[in-house]
Amino acid sequence: MEKDKKTSLLLLTPAPHIRAEESVRELMFSVIIALIPAALAGVYFFGLQAILTLCIAATSSILFEFAYQRMTGSKNTVSDGSAALTGLLLGLNLPAGFPWWGTIAGSFIAVILVKHLFGGLGFNIFNPALAARVFLLISWPLQMSTFPKPAPIFSGIDAVTAATPLTVVKTLQLSHDLTKSVESVTEINWFDLLIGNRGGSIGEVSTIALLIGGIYLIYKKTIVWHTPVSFILTTTIFSTIFYLINPKMAANPVFHLLNGGLFLGAFFMSTDYVTSPITKRGMLIFGAGCGFLTALIRQYGSYPEGVSFAILLMNMTVPLLDKYLRPRKFGG
Amino acid sequence: MIDIFHRMTFRGGIHPPEEKDRTKGIPIQTIPLPEKVVIPLSQHTGAICEPLVKVGDIVKKGQKIGEGKGSITSTVHSSISGKVVDISPHPHPLGSDILSIIIESDKKDEWVDSLTENEDYLSIEPAKLKEIIKDAGIVGLGGAQFPTHIKLSPPEGDRVEYVIINGAECEPYITSDHRLMVERASEIVEGLKIIMRVLSAKKGFIGIEKNKPDAIAKLKAQSSKLKAHIEVVGLNVKYPQGAEKQLIKSILKKEVPPSVFPIEAGVVVNNVGTAYAIYNAVRYGRPLIERVVTVTGNGVKDPGNLLARIGASFEFLIQNCGGFSGEPEKVIMGGPMMGIAQYTLKVPAIKGTSGIVVFSKNPPSSPFNKGGQGGLYQPCIRCGRCVDNCPMGISPNLYGLQAERGMIDEAYNWDVMDCIECGACSYVCPSNRPLVQFIKYLKAEVKKKQK
Repeated sequence: MEKDKKTSLLLLTPAPHIRAEESVRELMFSVIIALIPAALAGVYFFGLQAILTLCIAATSSILFEFAYQRMTGSKNTVSDGSAALTGLLLGLNLPAGFPWWGTIAGSFIAVILVKHLFGGLGFNIFNPALAARVFLLISWPLQMSTFPKPAPIFSGIDAVTAATPLTVVKTLQLSHDLTKSVESVTEINWFDLLIGNRGGSIGEVSTIALLIGGIYLIYKKTIVWHTPVSFILTTTIFSTIFYLINPKMAANPVFHLLNGGLFLGAFFMSTDYVTSPITKRGMLIFGAGCGFLTALIRQYGSYPEGVSFAILLMNMTVPLLDKYLRPRKFGG
Repeated sequence: MIDIFHRMTFRGGIHPPEEKDRTKGIPIQTIPLPEKVVIPLSQHTGAICEPLVKVGDIVKKGQKIGEGKGSITSTVHSSISGKVVDISPHPHPLGSDILSIIIESDKKDEWVDSLTENEDYLSIEPAKLKEIIKDAGIVGLGGAQFPTHIKLSPPEGDRVEYVIINGAECEPYITSDHRLMVERASEIVEGLKIIMRVLSAKKGFIGIEKNKPDAIAKLKAQSSKLKAHIEVVGLNVKYPQGAEKQLIKSILKKEVPPSVFPIEAGVVVNNVGTAYAIYNAVRYGRPLIERVVTVTGNGVKDPGNLLARIGASFEFLIQNCGGFSGEPEKVIMGGPMMGIAQYTLKVPAIKGTSGIVVFSKNPPSSPFNKGGQGGLYQPCIRCGRCVDNCPMGISPNLYGLQAERGMIDEAYNWDVMDCIECGACSYVCPSNRPLVQFIKYLKAEVKKKQK
């Protein structure tokens, strides 16, 4: 019986007995790492204000999650990194110098209203950071569209505000001023657009930094290419079509590619696991929908930028896409 | 030329660490006779055998001691010579206690007299061959333990064109088939020829994952004269390459749907160990009383590939590999992807025991602490890894949610019954969700409803 005593201590768990090492926390942190270049670029161009906004957003998101779970008596999941990521994404979606109370309100909306009231991680319908951003945009339109002019940290230039290139285009489009063309009002320095020397949210300005982060995520297999490529390609296709229809009142496709929040949206917001389709076919359609709506809103909507609206609208289609675009069954 | 572009693989699948280096180069070892064997009367799919001996009977090695009644069943034989000391329920590696015949060795290891040798075995009539295979108690040695003589009986009107010998051995850790292919290549090819004769099949394949180049080379050399009839195919290294229908897809490029048996599609798949057992039974009249068992894992002192008598206890086999190294945490029959954890070492090796894997407590080899969550799991974050890696193209993520909510009909509509329980979904899940368990629960509930 001695032997039995020893062997009865053997662990009895069902197969599989081995697991891949990748955990939710690892996935979340790899997205956070991929956002570092964009965050650094934002800090470089917008200085101390950007650091403050990012810190307030991340910290308040974590605190809201902690507090909510404390109050409801549910398990503390702060360590999985998803609240930190939501906070960081929210911060990157705000203009540098956005009031601190607004940032905290955004965190509350993202973490409590959009994420936890819908059931917490895995069950929210809308991308928390984006929903919060849109809420802030509608509630405080002035503060949300006041972008500091980029002033590289050590340049000694005091921050002044500037309209984003997309806003300039939209203002012209809405003015129906037929004496001017889009080209005449937009000064384009391709190099500046690429590195991020333009007005915009902290994390959206540097296309090159976002591209580096996105490629890192695809290389690490944290995300697949389907959604971002489909998103960016479709935006390009439709902005080309709109440009060809009315070249005077539309910005050219390259301008659309390098402006606004397209790359941040395509690589980091529309690829959110919880709020995007599960199959690759679904992702291609989801990305295409985001791209089409982005181009449409930018050209014909009353807001200069359409990426956030496009993604949130497409978030709603995800259950349907999942239902009707099942994976192809073996032998089927 | 198209073939160049066809990758020898299937959609989905995973790449767990192979962990085969411990034993893949170690030749099959003959070990001392066990003093006692426990022969469970069920080592096959189908009706349990009835004992043909009584307590106190003297039996010889290879003597038939159990036979089943009904259409789907098999036979069992004594694996040593000695005396029947007990016939009673005994722990069985598949879980429950099973009526077993316990035999004490007389240390003489004498064969039963009635073995019929056939030098000209390829001229035996197919019906007679099937009878020999049935009488030798041969079942699928890959783990499924389906009676082979039934697998070799196509339904009226179905013609079998292809026979595939499964040497994929995609389970991590296990190398029993690998060693058998390296050391018994000619016997395996002869076994394949016998199967092809039974089915009058026109072509035979031997599918082997490319991580076993020595086995591929050996079998190629053995079958080189038979090029028109037998082809050795190197397969991509991917789990579950050895799953029957995934293997068929990789080799014949055709997907046999879940509702169709391979034999209805003109294909029969047999494990290399089964082919070897068939050769032994037909050529020398020897029933299936031993098999190669890989004893391995970081919890075993001297891992190896043992030629084990059926009925030898796990404890005996592990002792023959130097015993435990450190304190064992888990003992698994089979590989770590689909194997079954054991609660006692008294269980016997059975016909489907390809390996015994021992995980030691220190250092732990199974990451139960994934993401700092202990053995617990987190909600599905819809990352899609399970869907991407599912070799059946179904939706494990949904089954998890449906199981948690008792949505049995929905799961049925989403084809949960087509799951082959390979475990790829659970393996990749970053939330550590026990998807295979969820699926097994749903399948059981669907079956209850269907009744």
